[in-house]
Amino acid sequence: MSIDSHSQAAPSAGYDADSTGHWGRFGGRFVPEALVAALDELTAAFEQARTDPDFIATLAHLQRTYTGRPSPITDAARLAEHAGGARILLKREDLNHTGSHKINNVLGQALLTQRMGKTRVIAETGAGQHGVATATACALLGLECTVYMGAEDTRRQALNVARMKLLGAEVVAVQTGSQTLKDAINDAMRDWVTNVDRTHYILGTVTGPHPFPTMVRDFQRVIGDEARQQVLDLTGGLPDAVVACVGGGSNAMGIFTAFLDDSDVRLYGFEAGGDGVETGRHAARMAGGSPGVLHGTRTYVMQDEMGQTVPSHSISAGLDYPGVGPQHAWLHETGRATYAPVTDAEAMAAFELVCRTEGIIPAIESAHAVAGALQVGRDLGPDAVLLVNLSGRGDKDVETAASWFGIATEEGGA
Amino acid sequence: MSSLPGLFERTRAEGRAALIGYLPAGFPTVEGAIDAMLAMVEGGVDAIEVGLPYSDPLLDGPTIQAAVDRALQSGANTGDVLDTVRAVARTGVPTMVMSYWNPIERFGVDRFAHELSEAGGSGVITADITPEEAGAWLTASEREGLDRIFLVAPSSSDQRVALTTAAASGFVYAAAVMGVTGARDQVAPAARQLVERTRAQTTLPICVGLGVSSGSQAAEIAQFADGVIVGSAFVRALLEAESPADGIDRVRSLAAELRAGVETQGGPR
Repeated sequence: MSIDSHSQAAPSAGYDADSTGHWGRFGGRFVPEALVAALDELTAAFEQARTDPDFIATLAHLQRTYTGRPSPITDAARLAEHAGGARILLKREDLNHTGSHKINNVLGQALLTQRMGKTRVIAETGAGQHGVATATACALLGLECTVYMGAEDTRRQALNVARMKLLGAEVVAVQTGSQTLKDAINDAMRDWVTNVDRTHYILGTVTGPHPFPTMVRDFQRVIGDEARQQVLDLTGGLPDAVVACVGGGSNAMGIFTAFLDDSDVRLYGFEAGGDGVETGRHAARMAGGSPGVLHGTRTYVMQDEMGQTVPSHSISAGLDYPGVGPQHAWLHETGRATYAPVTDAEAMAAFELVCRTEGIIPAIESAHAVAGALQVGRDLGPDAVLLVNLSGRGDKDVETAASWFGIATEEGGA
Repeated sequence: MSSLPGLFERTRAEGRAALIGYLPAGFPTVEGAIDAMLAMVEGGVDAIEVGLPYSDPLLDGPTIQAAVDRALQSGANTGDVLDTVRAVARTGVPTMVMSYWNPIERFGVDRFAHELSEAGGSGVITADITPEEAGAWLTASEREGLDRIFLVAPSSSDQRVALTTAAASGFVYAAAVMGVTGARDQVAPAARQLVERTRAQTTLPICVGLGVSSGSQAAEIAQFADGVIVGSAFVRALLEAESPADGIDRVRSLAAELRAGVETQGGPR
């Protein structure tokens, strides 16, 4: 990996989308007309809810008593020895109920579903984390739940399929296209346009048509809002850098947002470099993609010269997506955040390091952020303070990791 | 006459609805698709929609997805789409492209509009953009004299129908149902209501698509709409064919059945 740490320009005022969901040329609403009414309804419901004291109190109560917020900060001293001595503070989203940051967004949107008087929820999922979180929230609130998951992913993540079913959700194995996350999103959109009168689509990340990128970011910004205060309390100052992995980009927007106006705080997003950007087998949209339209928004997309989506590749299912949230595209274009790829091998080395030095088995997604942070720490030096979003736990990845490291699992019958 | 206004002038004079047929370019092959479209014209289709195959067709049901996947696997690209338009437009029927937005944006909006116009194309049906996101396309289509066909849906408010029809030309595509493309057994009552609401906002012809597959359904829609759009049923005819020649025969006879349908009931009153 290489990081150009000199490219960060001073921020211009305001990082919100305009009233139609555009950040410059990115974002917007590229959808069939049939969905516009539902998106307008959702926008109105969200605008109303976000300032409604009852809604805010209900969500805060759930975050405290159900998710387990605020999530703690762990001062990772032994890990820091491998980052040039820079101080590494881990924001522990892995300790949330259901095991990742995904629950933050899902609870907000599930409450919105109730407010809109809808009784059915659909969702897409790749690795299964967003699907499990959605099934969880639907069980809690008594909503009908259908999760679309690529057939390829249902085989790779059989445990999460079982979790969703235990929670009462229907899981649809998507057989079309590449049978992965992007095709699950296509099928979820098809379901939504057919059943939109009683169904809300809980999109799991900061992409899709307006208002999803803004709404999901706002439900995730609790991560950075908490962390900013926690770092101030702990160190007396702001961090020098905030580091996150970027698939669709919801955990990254969640932790970045509180720091966007702090121009001295560097923001780093690490994408999946797969086998290496030069091989074509990766999910590094900024380095290896180009501006285009996918799943309702204009953003950086992995595509060929004819505008056909090119399949992405990553050892991490949660980062294995050919598009990225439009606000990330904007932060990349304006230089406010720096994006760089982390290869499968670099991520797995960091995965092992976090296990051995901190006693934390991270999600492979989050290991990409750690791998990036090790490099950023070496670049910024031992006085630097790095805030790293540990977005999820690695229980779901044990089999992948065991296989990667050649750990025999025969006795477990795996 | 190969313009859409000319077509609807003629069908109105004949007291019937127009029949518009869709097939994706490149399925089963580029040449095979052209042959099938020519057979549709022989069978009585008045205008052709050439589908631009796209990797993520989120408004399409399983039938069209299957055809488009096969077209992409065999390498069909935007150049093939333009070649297909050229071959079909030569017959004199208005020939449009139906596309998702990204392939057009990637090709270059101005370049696509120019080359489509040169190929004899009449316009573009855009599946996943509304007028709000269509600024570059409105400019390019104006310059090249191409019609821009936008969709209205049962969920569209009257205000949105007004906005959409104001930006449209050629005709307005009324989606008969909430959902994706694919044959359905019945014509939904929503279709007639949507056409009536759209009629109140525009003098443009209104054509109904999504879910129409039989002559009797075409006849029913011809009672209240200016045109009937059929896609998945033609694709299914090709998918189920036992040989290329059989596919051509099936497409031609389906076209004839649908044409008889749009002629039985007379045009809109």
